[in-house]
Amino acid sequence: MNKKSKFKQIMAVRGMGAALTAFVGLIVIYVAFGLIQPQVFSVRNVLNLLRSMSKYLLIGVGQSYLLITGNIDLSIGSVVAMSAMISATLMSSGVSVFIAIMVALVCCLAVGLVNGLLVGKFRLPPFIATMGTMFVGRGVAYMVNGNRNTNAISSGIGKEAADAFQDFFYYGSTAGVYNTFWIALIIFIVFFFLLSKTRTGRHIYAIGSNTDAAKLSGVSVVTTVTKAYMISAFCAFVVGLILCAQAGMGNMEAGNVYEMYGVAAGVIGGVSPLGGTGLLLGTFAGAAVWQTLENGLSMAGAPVGIQRIVIGIIVVGAVLMDIIFRRGLGGHKVPAKKNAGK
Amino acid sequence: MNEIIVSMQGITKSFPGVKALDNVQFELRAGEVMALLGENGAGKSTLMKILSGVYTRDSGTMEIFGKPYGNLTPKQAQEIGVAIIHQELNMCRHLTVAENMFLGREKRQGFVLSDAEMEKEAASVLNELKIDIDPRQVVGDLPVSKQQMVEIAKALSTHARVLIMDEPTSALTSCEIDDLFRIIHKLKEDGCGIVYISHRLEELQHIVDRVTIMRDGQYITSMRFADTTLDQIIAHMVGREIKEKFPRVQCEKGKKVFEVRHLNAGRMVRDVSFELYEGEIVGFAGLMGAGRTETTRAIFGVDPKESGEILLDGHPVQIRGPQDAIQAGIVLAPEDRKKDGLCTKLSIRHNIALPNLDLICNKLGVVSSSKEEKMCERAVQNLKIKTPNVDVDAGNLSGGNQQKVVVSKWLARDSRVVMFDEPTRGIDVAAKVEIYHLMNQLKQQGIAVMFVSSEMPEVMGIADRIIVMCDGRITGEVMASQTTQSEILTLATRFENKFAAEDKGGANA
Repeated sequence: MNKKSKFKQIMAVRGMGAALTAFVGLIVIYVAFGLIQPQVFSVRNVLNLLRSMSKYLLIGVGQSYLLITGNIDLSIGSVVAMSAMISATLMSSGVSVFIAIMVALVCCLAVGLVNGLLVGKFRLPPFIATMGTMFVGRGVAYMVNGNRNTNAISSGIGKEAADAFQDFFYYGSTAGVYNTFWIALIIFIVFFFLLSKTRTGRHIYAIGSNTDAAKLSGVSVVTTVTKAYMISAFCAFVVGLILCAQAGMGNMEAGNVYEMYGVAAGVIGGVSPLGGTGLLLGTFAGAAVWQTLENGLSMAGAPVGIQRIVIGIIVVGAVLMDIIFRRGLGGHKVPAKKNAGK
Repeated sequence: MNEIIVSMQGITKSFPGVKALDNVQFELRAGEVMALLGENGAGKSTLMKILSGVYTRDSGTMEIFGKPYGNLTPKQAQEIGVAIIHQELNMCRHLTVAENMFLGREKRQGFVLSDAEMEKEAASVLNELKIDIDPRQVVGDLPVSKQQMVEIAKALSTHARVLIMDEPTSALTSCEIDDLFRIIHKLKEDGCGIVYISHRLEELQHIVDRVTIMRDGQYITSMRFADTTLDQIIAHMVGREIKEKFPRVQCEKGKKVFEVRHLNAGRMVRDVSFELYEGEIVGFAGLMGAGRTETTRAIFGVDPKESGEILLDGHPVQIRGPQDAIQAGIVLAPEDRKKDGLCTKLSIRHNIALPNLDLICNKLGVVSSSKEEKMCERAVQNLKIKTPNVDVDAGNLSGGNQQKVVVSKWLARDSRVVMFDEPTRGIDVAAKVEIYHLMNQLKQQGIAVMFVSSEMPEVMGIADRIIVMCDGRITGEVMASQTTQSEILTLATRFENKFAAEDKGGANA
């Protein structure tokens, strides 16, 4: 197989065009900021960038799974907070790190399970179902430690264990790169594989494309949708631990509106919010674009307000471009080929 | 006689408020094609959905290949060899042909999907059926007729011994229908049992061995096709004789109402010119994808026009969007009722009022419910829409009545030109006749009627003048009283490429 056909093969993967476009956009944005503020190019900044984008990458992966099934998960931010608060509360009261993490994991997956059942089995509109769990989840995060943020986790499990936990999830690095990024990358690769190479992944695309057709082909919609919500909850759980490690404590407001960052990362990367198409590769680019914008704008000295405005415009612009692109090329039904083959 | 492979006895199924099936029996033998016939709502699809595991029955017994089965799921049905091709296209547009064919039963090595293997097998099934489609192509990029062929290939790739086809030809061109019939004959020889549901009774003679007729959720009769006539079948289906399949009224041809000059809009509408007169119905015949739908859409202003003139009563009208067309009195009853013609979740009343809000609102934009009421009651009476009241959701009506609602929207205002795009698709014989009566009424009122249809007998039976299109161009115009099906077909296959024309013509002959 020569190089050209390999390239063609890669480009033939659905959604690859959009994903690669996002990478091109990423490079353009990055270089542009670098020209304004050379420090953007510094190794230290790159490492920081990778670490900060990890959160958006994880959230984006989870949310992309839902977007591809044609659903949405609004509870992600609340699950992040639950994860951070539950683990921090337990650790600050002396429970071992492992058990604290496990309890947080179970609670977070429970939210995913409830989302999956409400949407998959009981057919609630996903917007409503996950809005409900969003409020409940945030409420739980508030109540875990009696309506206040936790004390430092070192006050419970001791400085040594706390440092180990914080290094593992946030401050430490392996092979020169922060652990946070490695964790996100490994999870990204696992879920990338799951989505593109396994039966579950295929079913996720099929449900997003045409739920009825999938069901009539013997695909279990309940199981598949529930899996997607649990994956999303798992990603949010990991982000909660990262935030907990970063702060060394639990913050009740952790992860606020993160679910929307997830949507943004996916959509910038070409994941269709209507379901059926999208690659996690695009989500990776989307998360990086998001973080580069945030990082670049703040290093260039733009106030927070400007950052928000630019990011909002970029998200809408990405989808707008996609729609214009598709109308231009695919808007007319393609009857031209009909007679050609005969 | 061959063994019985499917036997259903005393099947009953209720949905909230309706008894869809009442003590129905059904039998299928190996190596036969059984036509399952009945009007819309007779319960044919419901019965077949029970057989294929989509629905569960309330009572009754079901034996497949001599084994009794309880409630099946679609997957179990597939595994014991029952496959169904659904009426509505059921494809995942974003997935490839091969991915669709193996959906729900993907081949794997460990956890990993074996795409190459599935593509190979899909290709061999498509080859066997002589369907020229690349298994790696994305289904959404294929024309509808090809998607239908993929659906058929998908059903066959499960190695089904019982194959249910629910209106398989509604989206196919006549050439592809021939292919389908060839496939059906081959399956029959291999000993498969085929259930064939179709509203196009003319098709049956080519393939069917026996017929089972249902009406209002009940089993009426079964018989050998050779021992009966189409008229008898129709009488069983509707429970009474239909006197005229194609009622015709004679009118004096009046003055010219509507004229289209050199209309161009994309590849499928190229230099289209025609005229419509008072007191006549003009049929538009052609193969699927001949550009007729596109022509109506361009005239109505849904799709942009590149060039051309439209004249109403001799005066040019500018149509930039549907609003302009409606204001001018040029209206369209589109092909896909549910998608383009109706808001299925709104009531009949709101559907009828929607394009006429300018007539029933006061200056502040407040809807006058008394005017709305009056308008709807008049429409329901005039068109004999069968409904308990006008607040029923339009989506709950039968196909024929839905079509009437679509039309009544436009008759509530003084329309001059009504374009019907496949108005009788998927509706039953009795409802078709009512639609024909409706068109005749318009004709008598001096409204110009443009009637797009792919069913040759109905175009010839209803239209006065027939314009034939092929590949985006008008290829001929004939008087219905002086033409033959083969003349129209010749015109409909007059492709610019000479070889294509010969090929198609040969296949249709």
